Amino acid sequence: MPSQKKPFDARETKRFAAEIRKNCIRALEAAGSGHIGGSMSIADMLAVLYNDILNIDPADPQWEERDWVVLSKGHCGPALYATLALKGYFDPAELLTLNKGGTHLPSHCDRLKTTGVDISTGSLGQGLSLASGVALGKRLQGIPGKVYAILGDGELQEGQNWEAFMFIAHRKLTNLVVLIDNNRRQLDGYVKDICNEEDLGNKLSAFGFEIRRVDGHDVTQLYNALISAGSGDRPTAVICDTEKGHGGCFAEIDGFNHYMPVSHEDAERAIAEIDRRLEAEI
Amino acid sequence: MSVLLDSFAPDTVEMRQAYCDALIAEAKVNDKLMVVDADVSHSVGTGRFYAAFPERAVNCGIMEAQAVGMSAGLSATGLVPFFHAFGVFATRRVFDQLFLSCAYQDLNVKIIGADPGVTAATNGGTHMPFEDLGLMRLIPHTTVIEPADSTMYASVVHEMAQTYGVIYLRTSRRVTTKLYRDGTQFKIGKAMRLYEGKDVYIIACGIMVYEALKARELLKAEGIDAGVIDMHTLKPLDNDAVLDAARRAGAIVTAENHNATGGLGSAVSELLCAEYPVPVERVGVFESFGEVGSQAFLQERFKLTAAEIARKAKICIERKGGKG
Repeated sequence: MPSQKKPFDARETKRFAAEIRKNCIRALEAAGSGHIGGSMSIADMLAVLYNDILNIDPADPQWEERDWVVLSKGHCGPALYATLALKGYFDPAELLTLNKGGTHLPSHCDRLKTTGVDISTGSLGQGLSLASGVALGKRLQGIPGKVYAILGDGELQEGQNWEAFMFIAHRKLTNLVVLIDNNRRQLDGYVKDICNEEDLGNKLSAFGFEIRRVDGHDVTQLYNALISAGSGDRPTAVICDTEKGHGGCFAEIDGFNHYMPVSHEDAERAIAEIDRRLEAEI
Repeated sequence: MSVLLDSFAPDTVEMRQAYCDALIAEAKVNDKLMVVDADVSHSVGTGRFYAAFPERAVNCGIMEAQAVGMSAGLSATGLVPFFHAFGVFATRRVFDQLFLSCAYQDLNVKIIGADPGVTAATNGGTHMPFEDLGLMRLIPHTTVIEPADSTMYASVVHEMAQTYGVIYLRTSRRVTTKLYRDGTQFKIGKAMRLYEGKDVYIIACGIMVYEALKARELLKAEGIDAGVIDMHTLKPLDNDAVLDAARRAGAIVTAENHNATGGLGSAVSELLCAEYPVPVERVGVFESFGEVGSQAFLQERFKLTAAEIARKAKICIERKGGKG
């Protein structure tokens, strides 16, 4: 059984988010390169979920009544791995094995390799369908717990997501919460230039979802949106407006930052900056 | 007593009817079993399951990718979903979902592909999978099955439900020729050795088992002793049955309602070339798309007939240097 959660404390969650970013950057530094942009943009979502929202037990990762997380944008595994390690699912030292031969931490999420990863992802557009099956399976069997699916906005170009949105709304799977990392960018550039998706809120609302729109780097806004999600009769989609690369200063650039080399100097500079910003903020 | 009937005639039940009966019987003793459809439940015959177990049947609508991924998610919570679609949409259309959402993460989904090959008949080339067996064989750790008649189809449902992993079964949904006596038991991965032979063995699956049995009679009339094996499970292949046949006769003909590449002929050839090389001839579809027509017309069109099996058997015997 999981331990009782403490009352929400934004400062503590911000500290956790900073630790996620720092550990993720160290992992990418050890690997030499990686998916820095999207990993940084979901760090605050992961911090709020794992610190304040999820009903989980790191000592019993397969606990049947747990909340599940499906990171559909599976290339951002490094951020999830940092989070899981900090929560005690495995030794944080393992983070330095990211992408190395024989590692338990592959570039894209693999439930068979990494303790705490609920669903394998990496082929964009498939995670939400899996999440919908988990949510329906829980409901049919009367198993408590919610399913949180994290999708990228670029990923929403995959049509399978829209099949899943229809299915989830039709079945009223309110035990499933969709988080959209709306960092407005995809590998090749800005979403609006490649295949515009806006107005995302209206689209998802038309598909039958209750929409919440938050600053995806504001842990208080995220917490307030997530803590009450699923209480109505429509499933909830939380559109999290984010910045690709946010918090990893060398990746906070207008140019290509989907996948970047990460040098020791980059990592040192970024970690110092994360500490400086955290200090200034709290 | 042989497992085969004394004479063969069109079945009194459709494949889909026998299947749904078996599915309902299994669901009565297995509360994890689920039915998932993508708007062809009437066609594949699961309709009565919805009446029997409405809470355990999910018709997703026309969204096969979602249906497969959702099925994988159901199985992650311990349920055992059987997903149904026409063979082309159950495999080709959702190959990446079957690969990554199901097999890659070791989830437990059963896939029923209806209307394989020429049994798609008047639905024509768009609906006629000649490649599904090959696609499904390529995914690691899958099981691939093609039953020959309703007795076998109904019989394997229980074992499919009890066997963890991704299992693909392709079958006609309509009336086929009934071959096996009621109550015959089949084991996934264990071939049915229907006749032993000393000159050549015919290894067949699905509707081609009946053609193989007829081919055996054609060859017998010419003094050729042909063995017949129903290789209902293409993967894992019953290696012992194939190797034993190769050792006994030294000549093998494969017969499948599928592209001659990728399916049964490939599986048998891959084994034999490594373990016990003997002449192999393949009966199947060569470098062609499907087309519209009656099943009988299409079997002639693509040479999926007893006569073609017999012709290739004789070529194969000649290649090994003659009878015996």
